[in-house]
Amino acid sequence: MGNLMKSNRSVPIVLGVLAGIALLVTILSEAYGTGALSTSLTKTLGMTVCLCIIALAMDMVWGYSGILSLGHFAFFALGGYMIGMWLMYARTEDVIAASLAQGQLPATPAELSDAIAVQIFGVVGGDSLPWMWAFSNSLLAQLALVVLVPGLLALVFGWLAFRSRVTGVYLSILTQAMTLALSLYLFQNDTGLRGNNGLSGLQNIPGAEAIPQSQISIWFLWASILALALAYVFAAWVMSGKFGNVIRGIRDDEARVRFLGYSVEGYKLFVFVVSGVMAGIAGALYYPQAGIINPDELAPIASIYLAVWVAIGGRGRLYGAIIGAAVVSLLSTWFTGGRAPDVNLGFYVVQWVDWWTVLLGLGFVLVTLFAPKGLGGLVDLISRKDAK
Amino acid sequence: MIRLFLTALMAVLFLSSPALSQNSETDELGPIQSILQTHFELVESASRRTVQTVLDDLAAAELPEVPAFLERWQARELYLHEESGLFVYVSDEDADPLVMIDIDTGAEIGTAGSREIDQLRPNRGVQTVIGAALVEFQLLSPDIETRATALAAIDRAPEAEQMPLIATMIEAEADDDLRAQAEALLTRMTIAFGEDDAIRVTAIEALASNITVEARATLNPLLLTRREVAEALPDGINLAEVLEPGDDLTIDEAYEMLVDEDIAPPFFGPDELRDILIANIVDGEVAGIPVHTLDTDEAREVAYAALVEAGVAEPSLTADERAELVNAHVYYEEYRESSEAVTTAAVETLRSMNTRVQALEMVDLTLDGISLASIYFLAAIGLAITFGVMGVINMAHGEFIMMGAYTGYVVQTIVPDYTVSIIIALPLAFAITFGAGVAMERTVIRWLYSRPLETLLATFGISIALQQIVRQIFGAQARPFTAPDWLAGSLAFNDVVAISYIRIAIFVLGVIFFCLLWLILNKTRLGLEVRAVTQNPSMASSMGINPDRINMLTFGLGSGIAGIAGVAIGLFAQVTPELGANYIVQSFMTVVVGGVGNIFGTLAGASMIGFFQKGVEWLNPSNTLAAQTYMILFVILFIQFRPKGIVALKGRAAEM
Repeated sequence: MGNLMKSNRSVPIVLGVLAGIALLVTILSEAYGTGALSTSLTKTLGMTVCLCIIALAMDMVWGYSGILSLGHFAFFALGGYMIGMWLMYARTEDVIAASLAQGQLPATPAELSDAIAVQIFGVVGGDSLPWMWAFSNSLLAQLALVVLVPGLLALVFGWLAFRSRVTGVYLSILTQAMTLALSLYLFQNDTGLRGNNGLSGLQNIPGAEAIPQSQISIWFLWASILALALAYVFAAWVMSGKFGNVIRGIRDDEARVRFLGYSVEGYKLFVFVVSGVMAGIAGALYYPQAGIINPDELAPIASIYLAVWVAIGGRGRLYGAIIGAAVVSLLSTWFTGGRAPDVNLGFYVVQWVDWWTVLLGLGFVLVTLFAPKGLGGLVDLISRKDAK
Repeated sequence: MIRLFLTALMAVLFLSSPALSQNSETDELGPIQSILQTHFELVESASRRTVQTVLDDLAAAELPEVPAFLERWQARELYLHEESGLFVYVSDEDADPLVMIDIDTGAEIGTAGSREIDQLRPNRGVQTVIGAALVEFQLLSPDIETRATALAAIDRAPEAEQMPLIATMIEAEADDDLRAQAEALLTRMTIAFGEDDAIRVTAIEALASNITVEARATLNPLLLTRREVAEALPDGINLAEVLEPGDDLTIDEAYEMLVDEDIAPPFFGPDELRDILIANIVDGEVAGIPVHTLDTDEAREVAYAALVEAGVAEPSLTADERAELVNAHVYYEEYRESSEAVTTAAVETLRSMNTRVQALEMVDLTLDGISLASIYFLAAIGLAITFGVMGVINMAHGEFIMMGAYTGYVVQTIVPDYTVSIIIALPLAFAITFGAGVAMERTVIRWLYSRPLETLLATFGISIALQQIVRQIFGAQARPFTAPDWLAGSLAFNDVVAISYIRIAIFVLGVIFFCLLWLILNKTRLGLEVRAVTQNPSMASSMGINPDRINMLTFGLGSGIAGIAGVAIGLFAQVTPELGANYIVQSFMTVVVGGVGNIFGTLAGASMIGFFQKGVEWLNPSNTLAAQTYMILFVILFIQFRPKGIVALKGRAAEM
């Protein structure tokens, strides 16, 4: 670990910055500090940190391994769905148990589970729990599924794709197809995850009803920052040393690495699965803060945005992904939140709520054309000056 | 002698027809009036048995006014003027004096006080007879509208007596469609009212070649069943099926039937059990058992047993006793139709109908598949050039389609004639998107030829910017872009196989595009240069080809075709800013599955995807989402086995 700190100078800096942000937000928070930072803003920050985690995961596959995945939000959303199932089930169980306790007879287990099923699935016309909810009463099981389900999807998909040597653009289109297929599948009402209603009320943590959202939001922010820190150290560790060299070699010339005797498919699959699992964990932290998850979250466009964040931040460097995700998503929130002042051109008033997307789109074009290294390229400029 | 004869004649005339002797207008009686006067008694006090004579005479007269007259007679709008003995209508039955109207000419012929005039009130029996005659008149009317209306009226409430009327009509009917309708109706009535089984069975079997929905609907009521339970299977019933408890119906359902028939005592399920227990809570206890312990089914049963023992609740059967009782009876479905010959014929006929319908559904499915394939092809063909031939990942391709559709909409707001506006919109859409494509290639894409994945990001940026700009200009809601009348409706071969004209037009457009592109790429100088540049730009430029110019033109061509496709797609899809985005992933998949680098591949890819998706929809109708999901999964798997697509290029061209 000490070696890592020395070999990758960004690690201590990033960890320090993250600790600083955590401290600053806590001091400014409503729950533990001055209250300058509203609860909703704290949640936005927490969610942004989760987006940084998935951007990090994206950078591992794209920036380091050259696999442009346009379906990473499938893993992210699956992680969210897995934790959402427990949140929704446990919370509904509490509510139903409380309401059945008003009855004259105590409820039997069968009555309880029937009532829960109707409460959750009545909206899509169901009256029994689908098989995939078998473990939804157990937090531990669902936490395991947060890792297992996205991991398994990444494993199966990656194994199929890499084995048949689908690369480059074709792989990108296939990943896009994967997330589109999953999203269309989840949109159906009878697939067990409430169709287009999705899972809702996820901000209510079962067993923590008495704790105000202002505190919960800070806890989630801490958890998200901790997860990002761990993910960063892990990614930096994986990408340093021999493994990282092979991975970068695959990115630069896959055929040559294969001829050198490395199992290219194995390396790629490993990175892809690790990245998928990281995305799933990020999603599991994100959606309790967002409060709702539905199949729209898996739309291919979300994953393309993710690629663009990483490109803007600067791919091939881990902190670049984080900077890109944080800057673009926070700017988006600021512009679309109605906080940005309108620009009066005299003949036309530019309202950022509407025109932000246009600005963003043209920004992508400009960054791609003129700053292929992204914002991370600025760091190079600074450090080169230092060197002089 | 002559005098005597005249007197006698007068007497006869006077007796038989008082009107003749009293009315000076005797000679000018209208034709209907004359017939009525001939049967004065039968009309004045009509009875069901005798009125037919009058009706026959009226029918024999073949007068056009007769149906209208019968209608009014049936509706009790016919009056008798006592003084003149004439039958008349009145203009307003509440007026006094009443204004009399001649039944033949419709002219006013004077007034009369309400006491001088009697309303004829044919009773229900007479009304029915008149009604039947009326229907006959209408069925044989020279006016086709009247005949059709009368037939439809019978169809709504058919009665056995009307069958001969329809048979008569069929013989005389000149219109083919109407005769076919009448024949179908007669068949249905024969099946419903036929005198003996043989007639009905023949009628049923005659339907076998008929696949209309009505024909199937005719047979289905014959096969309605009711579920019965008995100790042993009774004789003489028209049995449809014997039901095995636990197999065809659950034990609970079977027991429920026994309870309904009062054969078995009601069974208390968990819900009833709970209600009984709640009703017997005394001081927080049920039969001495504390309420809070009753949180399992077992505990509740124990409490219930205690209640039974205390004589408070009725005993319920145990599961074994229930099963025994259920197994002691037979359960069966019995046809409501009593004739076995009829139901057997109906089952057989329906089966052969269904076979035919299924075969035709396959044909229809094939047409649907072709149509879906041509939509995918149209959406992807532009991409086949920009992505397939040039290798540029243009995420804004969908937005070019969307711009084409909006061009159609804008032209339509300026040119109101739908046909003309489409003729203008097609080349205009090409021009606009060609321009947009060329501009994009010049400013963005040409800097990125060596970095294909980054083209994806840059064009994605352009895509979301274009979408938002269009949203700013035209709003987020769908804009109307209407097809001309000659494209509305559909070409129906029969009740099962039909295809809308728009889809035919899209198919034709797809074929034209295919041929055109093939010619351009393979038979023109431009196509040769395009292929040369995409295979080896530096070699091509050393042969005197300007790769910049060729790239620009090729990209413009692909974009322009997307614009034309947009006009076509806009005709049936909702014209919204997201129109193109909905097609982009499918378009890329079409090109990838088909194999890049040639338009045959795109055609193959679109066909495969279209047919596969329609095939899944056929297996699982009403769920297009599932069909799309499986289609995409299929594509993902397919790529595993043919990574280069269906039509894979070989040799040098493959090493792009």
